[in-house]
Amino acid sequence: MWRNSAGRVICVQRCDMAVVGGGPAGLASVIKAAELGVERIMLLERDEFLGGQLVKQTHKFFGARDEYAGMRGIEIAEHFQERIDELSAIEVKKGAVAQGFYEDDVLGYTHQGRFKKLDPERLLLATGASEKMLTFANNDLPGVYGAGAVQTLMNQYGIIPGEKVLMIGGGNIGLIVAYQLLQADVGVAGVVEAESGIGGYSVHATKIRRCGIPLYTEHTIIRAEGEEEVEGAVIQKLDDDWQPVEGAEKRLDVDTICLAVGLAPIVDLAIQAGCEMAYIPEFGGDVPWRDEDMRTSHEAVFVAGDAAGVEEATAAILEGELAACAMARDLLGEKSEIMEEKTRARDKLNVLREGPVGDEIRSGLERMRRDIDAGEDRYSHQSRA
Amino acid sequence: MRIEDHPILNFNRNRRITFYYNGREIEAWEGETVAAALHAAGVRKLKKSLHHDRPRGFFCAIGNCSSCLMVVDGEPNVKTCVTEVEEGMVVEEQCGKGDLRAEM
Repeated sequence: MWRNSAGRVICVQRCDMAVVGGGPAGLASVIKAAELGVERIMLLERDEFLGGQLVKQTHKFFGARDEYAGMRGIEIAEHFQERIDELSAIEVKKGAVAQGFYEDDVLGYTHQGRFKKLDPERLLLATGASEKMLTFANNDLPGVYGAGAVQTLMNQYGIIPGEKVLMIGGGNIGLIVAYQLLQADVGVAGVVEAESGIGGYSVHATKIRRCGIPLYTEHTIIRAEGEEEVEGAVIQKLDDDWQPVEGAEKRLDVDTICLAVGLAPIVDLAIQAGCEMAYIPEFGGDVPWRDEDMRTSHEAVFVAGDAAGVEEATAAILEGELAACAMARDLLGEKSEIMEEKTRARDKLNVLREGPVGDEIRSGLERMRRDIDAGEDRYSHQSRA
Repeated sequence: MRIEDHPILNFNRNRRITFYYNGREIEAWEGETVAAALHAAGVRKLKKSLHHDRPRGFFCAIGNCSSCLMVVDGEPNVKTCVTEVEEGMVVEEQCGKGDLRAEM
């Protein structure tokens, strides 16, 4: 309870740590913080279930050195839920939508139709990412879906998106979802990729090729056909400069177009909280600047997972744990257990980002440091003094 | 169309419920979202766009894009992709921004 200047009582709940978003980063973070001894932890999740996008990931995770390798996303989500149930320091609010983080460091959220206020010592933004659109004629027709939407429909609710699907984007998500469509007995007309080669892991591409699905590299979609919903798609060959080749159009008979053309971090809360932002194409767009502990330019605000830069779930889990260790140190002091766990999480992240797979992320991290040093922040006029 | 036999997943389909879409009776399973249940019934057009009356369906299915807004039990602008369908629910295609006063 607070009192305002007129003496009226204001209901603000206090807590040590608040986390917005119950996906892999948020879940890993509340668990790690509770294990390190942080006490009043509040987890806000806008959906009625925990797990974020893990709940629709039916493929097995890679990574020899990580404890979740070999598990499917859906199993990891169940594992996290069981662990949270055992930890009494964690209070979970499902169906709770964070609305803003204000100048007095109060987090506002709506829950069960009411606006509530929370005063956390430390706040972690683990709000994830949203799917990107692609520009082509009639891209607003019903039947044009993001790859995540197709996964939600198919893997969470067991409903097929259509009879025949055209996949746009030959990265890992495009390839994995194309394969999941085949598993659900849905026809796939092809995978369209603008680059000259498939961007995803060859193990996924091989699975698709083996099923006889055409991979249209150096192609793009130029039009969806149909009046009320998708009834077809037209793709076109691209030249070396990504310009359409005249006459090289091909019409495909599909009722669904699935876009797997990348994700953009959801950063509204960070911008609104006045965190310094950086535009990092390798991370999918604008992200809050953060230090190597995942702390933003706002001392009390941390960021982890896709909201900090689009990567994948294993990285999100480790970033969540890293942020939890840093918040635990702020709250409980430099205990050896906390510092050891922090080093462990950071080392594992570095191992994950070694080699060619981590090229983009490493380049993004470097760009973030450089741009911030140069004072290039598109939102700096919103920053607090 | 619903998947009956999946190599990896089992779907919890315990209780059948009925709801109404533009006056039409539609069967669904408890736990499904409005948008998912409509999709299973062959309805992909959920609303009209604000300025050009273009047909719109959902795009993201996780509550980000607002392309799935419908009038649910008289309330406009409900994100049907994250709203669980309920017995007897009345769902209507939304045109325009919706009018809160219509409830009075």
